[in-house]
Amino acid sequence: MSEYRVIGKPLRKVDATDKVLGKTLFADDLIKPRMLFCKLLRSHIPHGTVGKVDIGPALAMPGVIAGLIGEDLPTTFGILPISQDEHALALDKVRFVGDPIAAIVAEDEETAEAAIHLIQAELEPLDSISSIDQAIRTPEPRIHDYGAYGNIHKLVNLEFGDVEEGFAEADHVREDMVFFEGNTHLPIEQHASLADWSPDGKLTLWSSTQTPHYVHKALARVLGMPAARIRVIACPNGGGFGGKSDPFNHEIVVAELARRTGRPVKITLTREEVFYCHRGRHPILMRVKSGVKKDGSITGMHFQSLLDGGGYGSYGVASTFYSGALQTVTYNIKRYKFDGARMFTNKPPCGPKRGHGTPQPRHALEVHLDKIAEDLHLDPAEMRLNNLVPPDSVTANYLKVGTMGLGKCIEKVIEGSGWKEKHRKMPHGRGIGIACSSYLSGAGLPIYWNSMPHSGVMLKLDRGGGVAVFCGSIDIGQGSDSVLAYVVAEVLGIDPFDIRVVTADTDLTPVDLGSYSSRVTLMSGNAALQAAEKARELLAQAAAEKLEVPSGEIVFADGRVFWASDPEKGMSFAKAVVAAESKFGTIGTVGSYTPPRSPGQYKGAGVGPSPAYSYSAAIAEVDVDPETGIVSARKIWIGHDIGQSINPMLVIGQVEGGVYMGLGEALMEEMAYRDRVNIVHKTPSMLDYKSPTTHEMCEVETYLVEDPDPNGPFGAKEVGQGPLLPTIPAIANAVYDAVGVRIDEVPITPEKVLRAIRAKEKGKDPRIGPTKFPEPEWSEPLVVPPPWEGGDGKPVEKKEVAG
Amino acid sequence: MCPRNSLAALPWFHEALPRLDSPPTTAYPRPIMYKHRVIDEPGRRLLRMTVNDSAIEIAVRPHKTLLEVLREDLFLTGTKHGCELGECGTCAILVDGEPVLSCLVLAIACEGKEIRTIEGMADGPELHPLQTTFADLGAAQCGYCTPGFLLTAQALLDENPDPTRQEIKNALAGNLCRCTGYLKIYEAVELAAKRMRNGSDSEAKR
Amino acid sequence: MLRLPNFHYHVPESLAEAVRIKKDLGPLAMFVAGGTDLYPKMKRRQQEPHHVVQIGHLEELQGVRRLDDGSCRIGAGITLTTLAGDTTLKRDYPALAEAAHLVASPQLRNVGTLGGNLCLDTRCNYYDQTYEWRKGISFCLKKDGDTCWVARSSPKCLAVTSTDTAPVAIALAAEIELVSTRGDRTVPAGDFYSNDGIRYLTKDPDELVTGIRLPPPNGWRSSYVKLRRRGTFDFPVLGIAAWIRRGDGGTDAPVEEARIVLGAVFSEPVLAPEAADALIGRPLSTETISDAADAMYKLAKPMDNTDFLLSWRKEMVKPYTKKALEKLIG
Ligand SMILES: Cc1cc2nc3c(=O)[nH]c(=O)nc-3n(C[C@H](O)[C@H](O)[C@H](O)COP(=O)(O)OP(=O)(O)OC[C@H]3O[C@@H](n4cnc5c(N)ncnc54)[C@H](O)[C@@H]3O)c2cc1C
Ligand code: SF4
Ligand code: FES
Ligand code: FES
Repeated sequence: MSEYRVIGKPLRKVDATDKVLGKTLFADDLIKPRMLFCKLLRSHIPHGTVGKVDIGPALAMPGVIAGLIGEDLPTTFGILPISQDEHALALDKVRFVGDPIAAIVAEDEETAEAAIHLIQAELEPLDSISSIDQAIRTPEPRIHDYGAYGNIHKLVNLEFGDVEEGFAEADHVREDMVFFEGNTHLPIEQHASLADWSPDGKLTLWSSTQTPHYVHKALARVLGMPAARIRVIACPNGGGFGGKSDPFNHEIVVAELARRTGRPVKITLTREEVFYCHRGRHPILMRVKSGVKKDGSITGMHFQSLLDGGGYGSYGVASTFYSGALQTVTYNIKRYKFDGARMFTNKPPCGPKRGHGTPQPRHALEVHLDKIAEDLHLDPAEMRLNNLVPPDSVTANYLKVGTMGLGKCIEKVIEGSGWKEKHRKMPHGRGIGIACSSYLSGAGLPIYWNSMPHSGVMLKLDRGGGVAVFCGSIDIGQGSDSVLAYVVAEVLGIDPFDIRVVTADTDLTPVDLGSYSSRVTLMSGNAALQAAEKARELLAQAAAEKLEVPSGEIVFADGRVFWASDPEKGMSFAKAVVAAESKFGTIGTVGSYTPPRSPGQYKGAGVGPSPAYSYSAAIAEVDVDPETGIVSARKIWIGHDIGQSINPMLVIGQVEGGVYMGLGEALMEEMAYRDRVNIVHKTPSMLDYKSPTTHEMCEVETYLVEDPDPNGPFGAKEVGQGPLLPTIPAIANAVYDAVGVRIDEVPITPEKVLRAIRAKEKGKDPRIGPTKFPEPEWSEPLVVPPPWEGGDGKPVEKKEVAG
Repeated sequence: MCPRNSLAALPWFHEALPRLDSPPTTAYPRPIMYKHRVIDEPGRRLLRMTVNDSAIEIAVRPHKTLLEVLREDLFLTGTKHGCELGECGTCAILVDGEPVLSCLVLAIACEGKEIRTIEGMADGPELHPLQTTFADLGAAQCGYCTPGFLLTAQALLDENPDPTRQEIKNALAGNLCRCTGYLKIYEAVELAAKRMRNGSDSEAKR
Repeated sequence: MLRLPNFHYHVPESLAEAVRIKKDLGPLAMFVAGGTDLYPKMKRRQQEPHHVVQIGHLEELQGVRRLDDGSCRIGAGITLTTLAGDTTLKRDYPALAEAAHLVASPQLRNVGTLGGNLCLDTRCNYYDQTYEWRKGISFCLKKDGDTCWVARSSPKCLAVTSTDTAPVAIALAAEIELVSTRGDRTVPAGDFYSNDGIRYLTKDPDELVTGIRLPPPNGWRSSYVKLRRRGTFDFPVLGIAAWIRRGDGGTDAPVEEARIVLGAVFSEPVLAPEAADALIGRPLSTETISDAADAMYKLAKPMDNTDFLLSWRKEMVKPYTKKALEKLIG
């Protein structure tokens, strides 16, 4: 391995000093002269048609400047081109409690809030839908007039090989049903946006968004303005986790209000409103059936997901595909079939939360495998180790796996945790469980179809030796600004803290698609690497000329540019820039990154491919109180295949944060609604929505497995989302080891555990979980033979209907 | 005497006063004049306090929380907020050295008090040891919860220079962080405590 | 940002003035001590006083004092942090210190007071919501509406007592000191609460709690255990306070007197004589504890208006009663 000076070192983040000083400006910290404040009136019924909305009385209130209703912004928007189903303010219908109806802008927030109560909105209630089952049973009234049919938004049916044949070939076939309740991101920063309009017809929006580029597009569309006149600046996010990845109503509303009033307009959501924005984890009811040989090798798997999508499309179509995509990249699956359906319900829309669409199926799969191992009398860790997907292979659903360090991850956690001495060997009430997972280092395809780069970086070198990096990516706490600086610093041999990083400003920075799907380190890192290498080349040529040495022998290190054979023969970095600028003119370079094409050629093949997959294995040790059912995590050991850590301290921070969030999802977090009382959110506050505190968080032992991936910058893969995934099933499996009950429903609450323990004591089935699987009318599957059956990634024309 | 403890239960209550579906701020009843003592009006009132060692004089209305006054009147936006209901700890600041939640403290109740916010934690260009360790060990990811954690941790170390892991957990149990899982925060507090102890040791020896 | 509504703020200079203001303004005014209960409720428009009368600073509400007869007087204005950390209290009244320590979070305990905790509004997850949210369910009996969503046929509100110190105060047979313009009086903590989610205190609304008196610590023992989802922040969904006095003869001596209080289930903390009876006359043992736990279990009838399923909360009464009593063995 080569010697890096910056890469792989536990450096401070470039923005850390500002953060500890309280100097980082988040969106709500921005203050502008003559700034106005906006408040939204939100629906208090779950489903209904919107009649007359009279904001007159509100406008009459002293201090109120203007207001908006649905008709003022009639154009739809949405994150995916195929589901442009949102209005900035409800035009014809409201679809959940919290759906915005009207907006008021006033001199101060208190006045705006007071004025909201004066708006007269006529809402005519319609029958509402609160669950997956109900959505399947109730085609009318439709929540949206598009989608598969009735209240089914999307159906996906894919078949890679004949699974029935796989089951016939198996020594053992097992079927399980698992329900994963929805949960939300709960970033500590509430969403906020500030819009400003300048008299020459230009609009600027500052916002706590993870995807300034998509917000830019949505604003242009809804406001009917040329994108060239709109500037979106993403402020540092006070936590995102996927919750700030959609263009939101409030962003569009303040932009329009700034345009109408000619004054800056700010909105900051309350915590309750953040719950209504949601876009969090979809509740998914899953059924998985696998055929296995005696050694646990999988001959066929049929996976089905029913997703509760909430009131709008959001990323839902992608989420539906994701819930069936990544099952294949960890263990060999010879034949694979996936059915997925997403429903519309009258709840806040679901979307991408850390792990987007994959933690739920991963949970179901890993629990299912734990049961299979038990059926076959195999050690679940060994069974997994023996059936890994080989590196550099293509899966049944045509995902291209490159480096694959899961085996090492498993070995590390087995050893670290003392698995062999503990599994099935600890006293009643204490248990240990294992699970594995994989995640994308960036999605292979963009959200809207285009063949442009996913990430771009511009580098500007100053005569004084200053380097500025411009990139559209936004730091949501994961450290992406620092990654840009580290990469450039490594290549140019300078101090990362001397680099100016300018990010997430659609006027100044080249497009980066956004901080989602763990794509930033890999994609903008690669773009930065390319830009920096180009700059290095220019400097090396100029310096070599000056030093009269071959340019290939120039070294960049410690702020100097010198000859490898004689370090004395060199110059400062700044001098090298001067030399280069004298030779070539102003020094600016660009880099961009487009992921490699994936082998899948079928409809839906766009979801799942990634330039590189990260892998994680987790072992959880828990205590379960048999008298109360209360589960507490003692310790989690987690191995993560990172490829190469750009900064191990940040990587471990992401691992621990992911484990933390997984722990919360496993044991307590849930989006619960009162389906009989207007489908109101049951716990829209930080007190009632239970996020683990210092008391619940357990010790975490992290092992980083480094095997540089050729597709990553310096070999790096993702870490932002992956480590959350195995935590949840590892805990579920540990609960089983502790008290012998299966809770096939997340979160694993004490009520469920105790009920199962009681059932076990009475000799009944010690399992809590779904028992019924409502079937939507599935569509004809798309049949794609896997590579080893001679497939070429394209669907075969027709398949004779099997039953 | 009222039949129930709740104001709303009184039949005349709603007649005399507007209900909430009309705006509470504007439809405020005329101030009741009290005979033996003039009651503070809901208008502004002069408040004197010390904020980060500077004497501050500012006119505030009684219902303004310290959080609002710090952020909106004094432009000390380093103090963050996540719920405004006492449920997250993000808005924690020090009042006379004790961590309290600025979202639930009235500004006018801070008359004569010493307030410390994140802006006043460093000593000029010198970061507080906790700020250094938080930055160096990655205890601030998004950094949004960080000011609240830093000030709460500072109060802990002022009182207990050598806290155990459990004592740190207990002291920080009123602050939520969604990014770090707290572990890096504990490490940062431990390292800062160690450095501060060593620092004061060496000072004592000198 | 969620903000407070406008109000007049009073800082009386004396106790007399404080009760006078409240008397004159009637239900338009409310006392505030730490404000950690009142202010969130005002932000959510659950309580809408037009006058807020600060009382936490009043001299009569300060301090922890040992009286001549060995009893102890604690000012209502002392913070929960002080209550939890006071060395004499920790020694003589550990259950009370423990209860105070388990309230809310460290920052809230630095401000929240004993008086405020004893007078804490009852809670319900249909009620502890913002105005906008409550509008979505057309409000409820306790505030602005006419239906109780927990039990639609219930003529009364079933909101839950959620104070941690009250069950202990009752178990210890504390006396509550009250002052109003009509003079002062003390009432036993056991008579201070009523099982009505709206009118949950028996005191007159204009009476101010100045402090509590605890009996001398002469040989009895007490404990408090609390159930909640997380180890901090959360209100109790069950609180058990236990108090016993044994005869002479050490830890094996029979229990002579006992009081066990069930908190966070009804609208008031409830004393359970049946559970006490199970202990009296017998030495404290696994068996007697189990009998007492059964009695507590029978008594508890939680409603569906807090965190957790009510069936589980009821089931938890047994192990938690045991936990509380086991602390008293030895
Ligand atoms: C997030 C959060 C979590 C919490 N968790 C808990 C918990 O776990 N357990 C718990 O018990 N509490 C909890 N609380 C509630 C509260 O913090 C405490 O009960 C605290 O002790 C209340 O005291 P205070 O002085 O702040 O009350 P205040 O808000 O000042 O007053 C509360 C009520 O009592 C009245 N009052 C106050 N003092 C007097 C007096 N001397 N005489 C007459 N009336 C008076 C007020 O008019 C008001 O109605 C929590 C609060 C929050 C915001
Ligand atoms: S118990 Fe009933 S009346 Fe009381 S607060 Fe809850 S819903 Fe309202
Ligand atoms: S803002 Fe959450 S506690 Fe103050
Ligand atoms: S660092 Fe983001 S919430 Fe704590």
